[in-house]
Amino acid sequence: MILSWPTIILEISSLGIGLLLLILGLVFTSLKSKATLGYFSIIALLLMLVGSFYLPSGATQTFINNFYVQDSLALFFKQLFIVSALLVNTMALRYMKPHTNNRGDFFALTFFALTGMMMMASAAEFITLYIGLELMTFTFVLLTAYKKHDLKSGEAGLKYILLSAVSSGVLLYGFSLLYGLTGALDFSSLVALFAPTSSPLLVWAIVMVLAGLGFKIALVPFHMWTPDVYEGAPTPITAFLAVGSKAAGFVAFIRVFFQVFAVYSPIFMPLLIALTVLTLLIGNLIALAQTHLKRLLAYSSIAHAGYILLGVIAYSKLGLSAILFYLLLYMFANIGAFAAVAALVINTGQDKISDLAGLWKSSPFTSVVLLVSLLSLAGIPPTAGFIGKFYLFTELVSRGYLWLAFVAVGMSLVAIYYYLVVIRTFLSGSVAEKTSMTIPFSLKLVMLVSVVMTIGIGVFPGPFTDYLLKVAQAFLG
Amino acid sequence: MIIIFYLFSFLLLAFALGTVLSKNLVHSALLMIGSFFAVAGLYILLQAEFLAMVQILVYVGAIAVLVVFGVMLTRKGSVKDSNLPNRYKKVGALSAVIFFALLVRSIINTSFPAPSSPVVGANTIIQIAQTLLTQYAVAFEALGVLLLVAIIGAIIIGKETK
Repeated sequence: MILSWPTIILEISSLGIGLLLLILGLVFTSLKSKATLGYFSIIALLLMLVGSFYLPSGATQTFINNFYVQDSLALFFKQLFIVSALLVNTMALRYMKPHTNNRGDFFALTFFALTGMMMMASAAEFITLYIGLELMTFTFVLLTAYKKHDLKSGEAGLKYILLSAVSSGVLLYGFSLLYGLTGALDFSSLVALFAPTSSPLLVWAIVMVLAGLGFKIALVPFHMWTPDVYEGAPTPITAFLAVGSKAAGFVAFIRVFFQVFAVYSPIFMPLLIALTVLTLLIGNLIALAQTHLKRLLAYSSIAHAGYILLGVIAYSKLGLSAILFYLLLYMFANIGAFAAVAALVINTGQDKISDLAGLWKSSPFTSVVLLVSLLSLAGIPPTAGFIGKFYLFTELVSRGYLWLAFVAVGMSLVAIYYYLVVIRTFLSGSVAEKTSMTIPFSLKLVMLVSVVMTIGIGVFPGPFTDYLLKVAQAFLG
Repeated sequence: MIIIFYLFSFLLLAFALGTVLSKNLVHSALLMIGSFFAVAGLYILLQAEFLAMVQILVYVGAIAVLVVFGVMLTRKGSVKDSNLPNRYKKVGALSAVIFFALLVRSIINTSFPAPSSPVVGANTIIQIAQTLLTQYAVAFEALGVLLLVAIIGAIIIGKETK
């Protein structure tokens, strides 16, 4: 048996660094040396990111028996996960200090979550996919409940584990039906075994897999956990959930629905269109009523799952590359917004939208970051969000879904309204006490990177879209 | 053979219903043990002896005991009404029945392929081990990490901090 190690080297290194951090946390005894663990994790992630560019990315490689593949799609998503983990860990350096007691376990856990996400990007078999998903989910439950003296954090963790257990049950039922109908669980065999005619039970299997993966990407009506968990979790973890967990859900979604169930696209497409419209409507309309910034961003993340699914509905190479592009810009915009929330929470302990009043005076830098991030999420030029929405909508129209594009544009206008309400609050507003905010350097760095990337991708989208189109072409052949 | 199958299935459903409907949490846990045994019986009928053994060892031996321990360590006072009633009982029952009916209809209308290779009796453990450590090596190792994460999590959440 030939094992192709480059396929899995990123997972192994992420796992090894996680274990090393755990051990170092026990070996180091003084608080000062323990405080270096966070920096160690950041350096390790940087090295992994640099190393990932030297991995062979051209042809599809498999580790064992087609169960684990590394193609350019998997590599792109792994790099996306590493970048998000990097930004999240940097954000957490100062933010999590009161909660970790300088232990290394917080940073070790983010590496385990990263390993789970990478497994989801590479898995080409349903059991491997499921284990990766559970590794990610378990770790996220822990990280969500990490502030254990905060009631909201504990409640969020409990809600997340109960609801994800239910969704896992549904997902596994779907997998077992697939296995019962075909006798195979790996993607390449399933593709070969699927006949164009479907049986009623197969439709059930597809619906259950859709529901199980829909939970992870916060698709309506499987979105109920999102606002509470996003609000209760520590802010860097909320950012990781909104960016990493969602992207991991999407890579599994793309693999399963673009590749495995490709024959049955006429069957699941009407359902997917209905759910997407529902997601766009509910995500954007309920966001209007939010008073807390984190809950607002949670509903906006639900709505963004809807926008990204438009690319799945388009069901084409351009659609897929638009999804990848959107996930990239969504990551930077969301991390920027959550970093601003983190700065606010560190200074005031609050995340109400009304608390933002006077932010322009107390911290101009945070205001600019929040402004750019929200404009990007709203899809206003020259930020990257505009380009992303533009690609998604034009591809949708060219595939003949004009009405759906109208719905999406209409809902984007609603979204602009609630983002503008936030922007107006922090740009105007009288400051009662003019205390300037103190923002740790690590947080400033995260904000700077996200703003530069959001505007950079918006102004020079060419190299990114060219590369992502190549990735999509390689995946869909 | 078919009679034994129906017997185990009936027992399984009865125990499962009892688990859900019982008001006493400890009774629910005991009835759940019964349903685990019934599932193990079904596995034996399918010639998956190893799975049946694991089912009894892990589910009855570990998980059910853990549930009882959990009840013992967390509840103060009477366990009589510890399994709280649910406001959504009727809605839940109705949707479960509809879901079940639809599934049964689909199962009846679906033709299943015959199992490709007959199950070999004595070698199942060897076969399972080989499958786990070759084809499923990645998933198997990741499961180990998953358990590690669970242990770390139990310590983080359970440990008293100053």
